[in-house]
Amino acid sequence: MSDVIVVGAGVVGAACAYYAARAGLDVTVLDRGPVAGGTTGAGEGNVLVSDKEPGPELELALLSSRLWRELAATGGGFEYEPKGGLVVAETPDVQERLVELAAEQDVPHEVVPADGLRALEPELAGGLAGGVHYPQDAQVQPMLAAARLLRHGADSFGRGALKVRLGVTVTGFTRSGDRVTGVRTSEGDMLAGAVVNAAGTWGGELAARAGVTLPILPRRGFILVTEPLPRPLIRHKVYTAAYVTNVASDSAGLETSAVVEGTPAGTVLIGASRERVGFDRTTSLPVLSRLAAQAVALFPALREVRAIRSYCGFRPYCPDHLPVIGADPRAPGLHHACGHEGAGIGLAPATGHLLAQVLTGRRPDLDLWPFRPDRFRSGEDR
Amino acid sequence: MTVYDLAVVGGGPAGVAGALTAAQRGLRVVLVDSGVRPGGQYFRHRDVPDEPATKGFERFARQVRALEDRADVMTRRQVWAVTREDDGFTVHCLGGAAVRSRRLLIATGAHDRPLPFPGWDLPGVLTAGGAQALLKGHGVVAGRRVVVAGTGPFLLPVAAGLAAAGAEVPGVYEANGGLGLARHPLLALDKAGEAAGYLAALARRRVPYRTRHAVVAAHGDRELEAVTVARLDRDWNVLSARRVPCDTLATGYGFVPQLDLGVQLGCATRPDADGTPVLSVDAAQRTTVPGVWAAGEPTGVGGRHLAEIEGRVAGLSIAAARGTAPATRAAGVPDVLLRRRTRMRAFAAALLAAYPVKDGWRGWLRDDTVVCRCEEVPLAGIREARELGATDARSAKLLSRAGMGWCQGRVCAYPVACLAGGGQAAPRRPIAQPVTLADLAELTLEEPHD
Repeated sequence: MSDVIVVGAGVVGAACAYYAARAGLDVTVLDRGPVAGGTTGAGEGNVLVSDKEPGPELELALLSSRLWRELAATGGGFEYEPKGGLVVAETPDVQERLVELAAEQDVPHEVVPADGLRALEPELAGGLAGGVHYPQDAQVQPMLAAARLLRHGADSFGRGALKVRLGVTVTGFTRSGDRVTGVRTSEGDMLAGAVVNAAGTWGGELAARAGVTLPILPRRGFILVTEPLPRPLIRHKVYTAAYVTNVASDSAGLETSAVVEGTPAGTVLIGASRERVGFDRTTSLPVLSRLAAQAVALFPALREVRAIRSYCGFRPYCPDHLPVIGADPRAPGLHHACGHEGAGIGLAPATGHLLAQVLTGRRPDLDLWPFRPDRFRSGEDR
Repeated sequence: MTVYDLAVVGGGPAGVAGALTAAQRGLRVVLVDSGVRPGGQYFRHRDVPDEPATKGFERFARQVRALEDRADVMTRRQVWAVTREDDGFTVHCLGGAAVRSRRLLIATGAHDRPLPFPGWDLPGVLTAGGAQALLKGHGVVAGRRVVVAGTGPFLLPVAAGLAAAGAEVPGVYEANGGLGLARHPLLALDKAGEAAGYLAALARRRVPYRTRHAVVAAHGDRELEAVTVARLDRDWNVLSARRVPCDTLATGYGFVPQLDLGVQLGCATRPDADGTPVLSVDAAQRTTVPGVWAAGEPTGVGGRHLAEIEGRVAGLSIAAARGTAPATRAAGVPDVLLRRRTRMRAFAAALLAAYPVKDGWRGWLRDDTVVCRCEEVPLAGIREARELGATDARSAKLLSRAGMGWCQGRVCAYPVACLAGGGQAAPRRPIAQPVTLADLAELTLEEPHD
């Protein structure tokens, strides 16, 4: 029997397992598929503070940014790149709003005037009104990040402290009265002191098996990947101001904004689209076309670069855009760490760290009240 | 823009037969092919006839001429995507061209399936199909001293062609027991005749044909200088080995059907007799997506005869379906054609059974043997991905980059899936050919419904 069962071997589940094992707990991670097979395997690997509005998510992002830096220094192996983010504005109005937002965020940043953009990004299109540079923004390779956290956790905190079992589907929960005492799985019942729901976009489905509601919905996104470039064309994570408003929007319809960045492999990743269409994996050429158009508008040098593939994933979307982190009072023994929408990679270490504090009965470094699982009115935004 | 009744993608035996059959019945047809002229892998010919003459080429050439009189044939067009519209399909070609049609026939053929081994990435190592294409398409003999190795009857015409064109062929190495060919009642009747002809041609030129032998390593500093030829047991484990000097190796272990466009459109797939994913079709060659037919290798590797029959069945079915409710079963298709198709399919299944890929090949690899050439991922990289939690080809790709590169796994998907476990999955390639961001950006499309 483990102290903790974590359901989900994505980056959030991996971080929960890592920090729980580090706190001295015995952890078993279960996943019906491989490591990083869900939304983690379909992301860009953003570790961003720049796109967060002031408030609890920004606090979480700042903590996480520091923890990613630590993890990269201690274990690493997941292509951590503290390359910084550059948000650009098409018009002076937008630039003014970007500057205001940066001031409210109160994080290290540098306002970049129009004539300073090319010093940071030589290939940027002309005619932009300016931007804001956030040196803290970083990138990791998300699949490797999840896999390495699990591996590092299994190797570092004593024999058997962190076990991973793949190809195991959780079908329900074992209960003692109200209390969740373990999980029912395709491989039999497994008991634990606590169960962590780190099932990402499928977290609502898993919660329902415990009889509690979490209004997590899939918000689809496509990413275009180019051929590897012989020399890096793009130095930072570069995106337009529209990205910030799209992240915060509630629309179910299609929204796209340019997010462009290079990777250590030489490819360029182009996002980002958001639409709520259920779990539909059918490729939408119109979406890919819009992403390409926005990217070449920002970086004309990309025009003759070829796209070689695209992939899509499903962000776990909560109506208030905040993740669900903490113990669920409606089902004692059940904890949640899911619903991070498009920020799961970035927010994973802080989520795991705080949840490990909860699991070991300590006071979490950040107030988890804004992330409480029972904050949603029933039927909200369904 | 012209809206055709039928767009056929692929100008090999299946596509040409399907297009011609439909055009002869009055449909407005366009055929799109990536080659300089129709022909596909099998009839990849120069203007001058090759020697010895490829069987069936005259007949195919007549079909192409008849098709050119009745339909639009667009060559040198690589299709990178097909999208569904309200009233049919748009076929998107590189360079910005697009074709609209009410119905679609996928006849995109297959490509070689190589297996990795130490040194397979050296210059001078080609696929058997690649060597054949050089010879047929460009009249180029791949090398002076050419070893042919792999499995399947396709090795025989490749070796015979190379020998006839003047190459020295030190040996043809068939990893399976060639007896499968003669023992199987169907094969003995049919293919064995053709195979016996090639074997006789090889014997005349004193080219040794060795069964249960394979090339398990290639050697050379900058280019190929020699190969290690091994005698194998039934499971392809190495029993003994010797070195054979050569400057070229042509190798192939079967074929991979090209399903990309069908998968893009959401057509269901099924595992073929050997587990290879192929498009599911009904008796009339219809896929599971209304308006989309498939013929030839994408529905199961079976060679040019079966491909042509399937193309004709598809053409008849498409013509019968015009303007009416969906056709029942295989309306408008003569029984004799369906019976021939049944017989050819049984023959194809028997070939797959006689020339399997056995697990022993994994033992030919060393830790540093490159498995994915585009991303330079060695065997150790795949193993590490498994240790990190990969359980299938997709997760192995995400953790090792195998199959992420330029060819999008066309070369390595099969071996990676074997090494990663979890079986062969249908390829997901939303972009079937690399396309410039400018072309992608300037695509004229209906906006998606919000």
